[in-house]
Amino acid sequence: MGKKRVGGKGDSTEQKIKRDFVERSIWEEKGISRRDFMKFCSAMSAALALPVTFAPRIAEALDQVKRPTLVWLEFQDCAGNTEALLRASSPTVTELVLDVLSIDYHETIMAAAGHQAEAALAKVLKEQKGKYIVVVEGSIPLKDNGVYCCIGGRSALDIAREVCGNAFATIAVGSCASFGGLPAAAPNPTGAVGVKEAVPNARVINLPGCPLNPDNLTATVVHYLTFNKLPTTDSLGRPLFAYGKRIHDACERRPHFDAGQYVESWGDHGHKKGFCLYKMGCKGPETFHNCPTQRYNEKTSWPVAAGHGCAGCSEPQFWDTMTPFYKRLPNVPGFGIESTADKIGAGIAVATAAAFAAHGVVSALRKGDDQSGKKED
Amino acid sequence: MTTMVIKYVWEVPVRVAHWVNFLAIVILSVTGYYIGAPKTLGVDPSRFVMGWVRFIHFVAAYAFTVSVLSRIYWAFVGNSYSSWRAYVPWLTSEGRYRMLETFRYYTFMSRKVPHVTGHNALAGATYSLVYCLFLVQVATGFALYAEHAPASVMHKLTGWLFLLFSNQGMRLTHHLLMWLFVAFAIHHVYSAWLMDVKERGGVMSGIFGGYKSVPEKE
Ligand code: HEM
Ligand code: SF4
Repeated sequence: MGKKRVGGKGDSTEQKIKRDFVERSIWEEKGISRRDFMKFCSAMSAALALPVTFAPRIAEALDQVKRPTLVWLEFQDCAGNTEALLRASSPTVTELVLDVLSIDYHETIMAAAGHQAEAALAKVLKEQKGKYIVVVEGSIPLKDNGVYCCIGGRSALDIAREVCGNAFATIAVGSCASFGGLPAAAPNPTGAVGVKEAVPNARVINLPGCPLNPDNLTATVVHYLTFNKLPTTDSLGRPLFAYGKRIHDACERRPHFDAGQYVESWGDHGHKKGFCLYKMGCKGPETFHNCPTQRYNEKTSWPVAAGHGCAGCSEPQFWDTMTPFYKRLPNVPGFGIESTADKIGAGIAVATAAAFAAHGVVSALRKGDDQSGKKED
Repeated sequence: MTTMVIKYVWEVPVRVAHWVNFLAIVILSVTGYYIGAPKTLGVDPSRFVMGWVRFIHFVAAYAFTVSVLSRIYWAFVGNSYSSWRAYVPWLTSEGRYRMLETFRYYTFMSRKVPHVTGHNALAGATYSLVYCLFLVQVATGFALYAEHAPASVMHKLTGWLFLLFSNQGMRLTHHLLMWLFVAFAIHHVYSAWLMDVKERGGVMSGIFGGYKSVPEKE
């Protein structure tokens, strides 16, 4: 990072030097060097699909300690998104961004419990109305008055209406909070839905994925801290910086797809060579997510890199629409499990040919067809 | 025996659209089948097998789309045989009677060969169904095509279709329709042959040269 870029507009060289080398920011107090911090800021501008020149602006925003309040709600979930967020092997800048926020309520990681915890939430609602951010993990059941998920004697729906309805914004993390996810899979016994459907008046941004990529949550928060507004989204409420592109179009196996080189069965020659997983049911061509570029676990890997097709987890109702995971196309509804579109289609074609062949034989043998009847009309 | 006279029935745009459709459907079905169930044909990663197959699919797709749309346009400006009225026989009582008449002939319930100069009533009705399916195929095709560029005009025009279909349901529909077109092609060639033989009306040559022989009265 050039020194010049770091400073604010009217800064003198002296001030810039002071800012860069003398002043200790909260980051340095936490043991992160200025260099690592700036690296993080450029990584974030890349994640947000902004030019690198935005890095100083991000740095400036993060240097100011605003500590907006963050509340983390868990409903019908597996805590996989919390897990993804806390996965780190060593403390990371990502985690520290969450330190910039004041996490006043998080069922899984907070020290308080029971009434004490609920009191903390009530306090946020009262004092920070319209200013705090809520992160929701898990779906919200609507059936039977929402009895299938209750916390402290209140239904998830009830809590979500109050907490999300009064927040500055709600970030739905994971596919369950975004679209209902696994609990909403057919036959959806609890009537599970995502946050936006449960609380239509809330301002919701969806970060689906199973789990979400925590880098995308960090980037969303950084975007908010830097620009004071939420990133632009697609029609499904997903930020474009993370969900604006198809996996298939950024996939490292794409050259094999275009070349016509496919894994035909698990462990075959092509699989060992890293060929395209299209025939093994990869749903990359129908899934919008930044997995190929952002990757999981500190950019270590992602499913397709590891040799498994994409399951389409960031798309609505993926459990119902993307299955079978190991076949390209879904089964044809109303036919047996093993009926592929091609079997049925070929059947229709053969049956048609047979029917018309039979018709042809009869027609050929039939005498006396003529148009004489035509004269009558 | 009725005396036959030669009559100009299928105008140039009708015939061109027919043969462009034919060629495009053959190419789209072959390439589409490969897109749906590819074989590893690329010997090394620098090949572009799927790339070319998809490219050909998309070029044929544009040709097909233009052809289908022009034929629909011609249904409003062309001669009476190619008019849209021939494709909705069920709207008039005479048309309904003719559909029944043809149906009885096809199912061997009647020996009276229904002669018409353009399409027979049942054929006309079938073609309007087939054209609807063509439009569905074009719409789903472009919706899938547009997914590579979510900010494009094409995606804006077709994105609403994803309210009707799930992403995978759209692919399944696009794929199954191909088989319906194959079945239709079998039926279509057979029926044309049958009419050619039984009516001696030049159904087959008509689509090449435009002329059909028709009973003198008409
Ligand atoms: C007679 C017309 C057509 C036939 C028979 C046909 C057939 C097919 C078939 C069988 C597939 C493979 C589907 C699968 O298994 O996923 C396919 C894929 C495709 N077709 Fe067509 N097609 C036709 C017209 C069109 C048109 C007009 C377009 C418009 C651009 C189009 C665009 C596509 C695209 C983009 C794919 C790839 C879908 C994917 O990414 O999975 N097709 N086509
Ligand atoms: S592995 Fe999947 S996402 Fe990657 S190129 Fe093949 S089909 Fe597309």
